[in-house]
Amino acid sequence: MRHTITLLVENKFGVLSRISGLFSGRGYNIESLSVGESIDPSFSQMTIVTSGDDSVIEQITKQLNKLIDVLKVTDMTEFEHVEREMMMIKVSPIQQKKSEVLNLVEIFRGRIVDSSDATYTIEVTGDEKKIEAFIELMKPMGIKDMIRTGKVAILREGVKKK
Amino acid sequence: MKLTGAEIFVECLKRQGVKHIFGYPGGVVLNIFDMLYEDKDLKLILTRHEQGAVHAADGYARSTGKPGVVLVTSGPGATNTVTGIATASMDSIPLVVFTGQVPTLLIGNDAFQEADIVGITRPCTKHNFLVKDVNDLARVVREAFHIATTGRPGPVLIDLPKDVTVGKADFVWPGEVDIPGYKPKYEGNKWMITQAAQLMAKSKKAVIIAGGGCIASGAHKELKELAELAQIPVTTTLMGISAFPGTHKLSLGMPGMHGTYYANKAIQDSDLLVAIGMRFDDRVTGKIDAFAPNASIVHIDIDPTSIRKNVRVDIPIVGDVKKVLTVLNKVVKTEAKAQWSEIRKSWLKQIDEWKRERPLSYTWDDEVIKPQYVVEKIYELTKGDAIITTEVGQNQMWAAQFYLYDRPRTFLSSGGLGTMGFGFPAAIGAQLAHPDKLVIDIAGDGSIQMNIQELATAVLNKLPVKVAILNNGYLGMVRQWQELFYGERYSYSRLDIVPDFVKVAESYGAVGFRAKRPSEVEPVLREGLKSKKPVFMDFACDWKEKVYPMVPAGAPIDHMMFEEPKEKKPARKLKVVK
Repeated sequence: MRHTITLLVENKFGVLSRISGLFSGRGYNIESLSVGESIDPSFSQMTIVTSGDDSVIEQITKQLNKLIDVLKVTDMTEFEHVEREMMMIKVSPIQQKKSEVLNLVEIFRGRIVDSSDATYTIEVTGDEKKIEAFIELMKPMGIKDMIRTGKVAILREGVKKK
Repeated sequence: MKLTGAEIFVECLKRQGVKHIFGYPGGVVLNIFDMLYEDKDLKLILTRHEQGAVHAADGYARSTGKPGVVLVTSGPGATNTVTGIATASMDSIPLVVFTGQVPTLLIGNDAFQEADIVGITRPCTKHNFLVKDVNDLARVVREAFHIATTGRPGPVLIDLPKDVTVGKADFVWPGEVDIPGYKPKYEGNKWMITQAAQLMAKSKKAVIIAGGGCIASGAHKELKELAELAQIPVTTTLMGISAFPGTHKLSLGMPGMHGTYYANKAIQDSDLLVAIGMRFDDRVTGKIDAFAPNASIVHIDIDPTSIRKNVRVDIPIVGDVKKVLTVLNKVVKTEAKAQWSEIRKSWLKQIDEWKRERPLSYTWDDEVIKPQYVVEKIYELTKGDAIITTEVGQNQMWAAQFYLYDRPRTFLSSGGLGTMGFGFPAAIGAQLAHPDKLVIDIAGDGSIQMNIQELATAVLNKLPVKVAILNNGYLGMVRQWQELFYGERYSYSRLDIVPDFVKVAESYGAVGFRAKRPSEVEPVLREGLKSKKPVFMDFACDWKEKVYPMVPAGAPIDHMMFEEPKEKKPARKLKVVK
C-alpha cells in the first residue's frame, strides 16, 4: 500500500543523502520526494511517498526516526490530511485543438505560465487524481515535456487518527 | 584565549577521558600529530595499517565498554578504516574515528588524497560529521562521543579538513549535549514489562536468548538474576557470549547455525522466547518461517528498528536492557508469584536430556591435532579467565563452542560483519586496556594473514598478546561448505603457501612455537602463555575437521548435521572447568 510520510529534518548538508541512502540501502522504494524550508529555517520539511506492506512501512518509519538528523516522522496515511502536487506541462496542440486546451485549463483551474507560437506551458495544482486526469486529457494534445514537484502533505486541523 | 583546531582536538579528547588513540599519520593530520608529539596524557598507538587501528580501538572498546578512538589521514587512510567501522557498526561498538580531510577549499576538487569519507561511511556509521568551521569542532566532538556511547552504541566518524585544524577559535566546551533528533528511550514500558512477567509465569517451556545488548548495557547480573528467579535456560548469541556464565547449569551455549543441539532444540520446542538485546540475525534464526513455531516472543531492545524487523513479536519492550531487566526482576519477584521451579521442572529435565543426548564433542585422534582440542586446552589452562578474541570462520565457531566464558567482555568476535583479520588487532586493543590480563587471539592461518603486520604494533608497545593459529592450510569454513554442498570442489580455498609463522613471529621480535602432534599441544600452550612477549603458536591441525553441529543455510535450526561417529575413535566432550 502507498503511504505518504512527512519528515521534519535538520536543514544541513548531507541530510537528503542520509535519507535517500537509507531507502536505497535497505531496498525501500521512493515514489516521490520533495523538500523545502519549514517555519523554522534551520529545519526542512520533507514529504516522501513510498509503498510497502505494514511491516515494511513500520521499518521505514522506525529507520527514519533513528536518523539523528530527523526530528519527526509522520505517516500521513494514518491521519486526515491534505495532499497537493504541482505540475508544469508543455503541450503543442494543433491549431484546431488550441481552444480545447484552454477550456481544459479553465476547468482544471490551471494557468498558462508560458506560451509560444506552437506551445502552451500549463501549471496545474491538485491531488494526484486531478494531475493524472489532466495528463490523460493532454495526451491527445501532444505533450512535449512535463515536470511534477512530487506530493506535499499537511495534516488537517484537529486531526484524528483514521 | 583562542586555540587552534588541533589544540581543541586534544583538549576535547582529554575532557572525554581519552587516554589512548589508535592511528596512523599522513599529510593533512600533521598538525594534530604535532600536538601529540610531546603530550604525556594522550598516547597514540601507531598501528601498521589503518584497518588494524580501527579493530584495535574496537577491541579496546569491546573489552572495556569505553569508546575506542582512531585518528588517520585523508584519502587512503580514511578508506582503509571502512571495514573496521562497518565491523563496529554491525556489532554496536562505540568508536569515534577522526579522519583528516583536504582543506575545505579543495573539497570536491579531486585533490591529492581526497576521498568523500563522510559519503562513503554514511551507511556504516551511527552518525558522521564533516567539520567545516573550527568554531563547531568542540561541540561536534562532544556530540560524537555522546552519540557513539549512548542508546544503541556505534561508530561515529568526524572528518577534519586540514584548515580546520589550523584555524583558531575560542574553546567552548558544551556542558550538556542536546541533539533534538536524538533521544534514546531507556525506560521500558511498565505495562509491557508486567505482561512479559505474566507470560513467563504462564509458560512452561521458556527460553531466554541473550545478545550483545546484555553486554553493552552491562546487564549480566540482572540477566543471571532473571534466569535464576524464573528458572529459564539461557542461550547466548555469538554477540551475547559472556553475558551469561557459560558454566551455569541454565546455560545452553550458542544457538543457530553452529549452535548447540540443546539450544536449537529448546528454541524450536519453546512456548516462550524472551529475546534480550539481540536482533534475530539469520545465523540465529535459520529459516525464519520455521523459527520457534510455537513460541510467544517477548523482545527487549533499545533500538526500535530491531523489533519486528525479522520476527513477529508479542510483547515489544523498547528500552535499555539493564533498566528493563531491573524492573522485570522486581515484577517477577513481587507480582508474578509463581512456583518457578515447579513450573519448569519437566522443561529443565527435557533440556538435560538433550544435553546428555548430544553434547558438544569431537573425535579424538592420537596422530593429528584436532582444532577443538587446542581451544579446549586453552580453556583448561587459562581456567576460563582469559580475554579471547577470534578471527572469522571455523576458528571463531570453535572458540565460541569449546571455551566457556563466565565474565562479560571476555569474548571479542566480529559477529555481524564477520571480518577476517579482526581478532589480532582487537587483541592488541584489549591487551592495551588490560595490561595484566591474558589476551588470546584464536585464529586461522587464513585470517591471521589479513592483519599480520600488527605484530610490529604488539612488539613495539610491549603488548604480549598470544595468537593460537589453528593451521589447516585452508580457508576452513569455505572448505567445509565446499565439501558439504559443492561436491568437494575446493575452489580457491586452499592456501597452498602459508608462511612459517614461527619465523614470521621471530622476524618481528616476537616469539614463535609450533605443535605438530596432539602431545605437543599442551607443552606449546604452557610455554607460549607463560611468555612476557607477543607469541604466535602454530598448531598444525586436521584439515578435514568440520564445525558441528551445522544447520545448512536456509534450513530450520533443528535440522542439524552432526559428525559421523567413527569406529575405534573416542568422542571427546567439553569438560567444565570451575
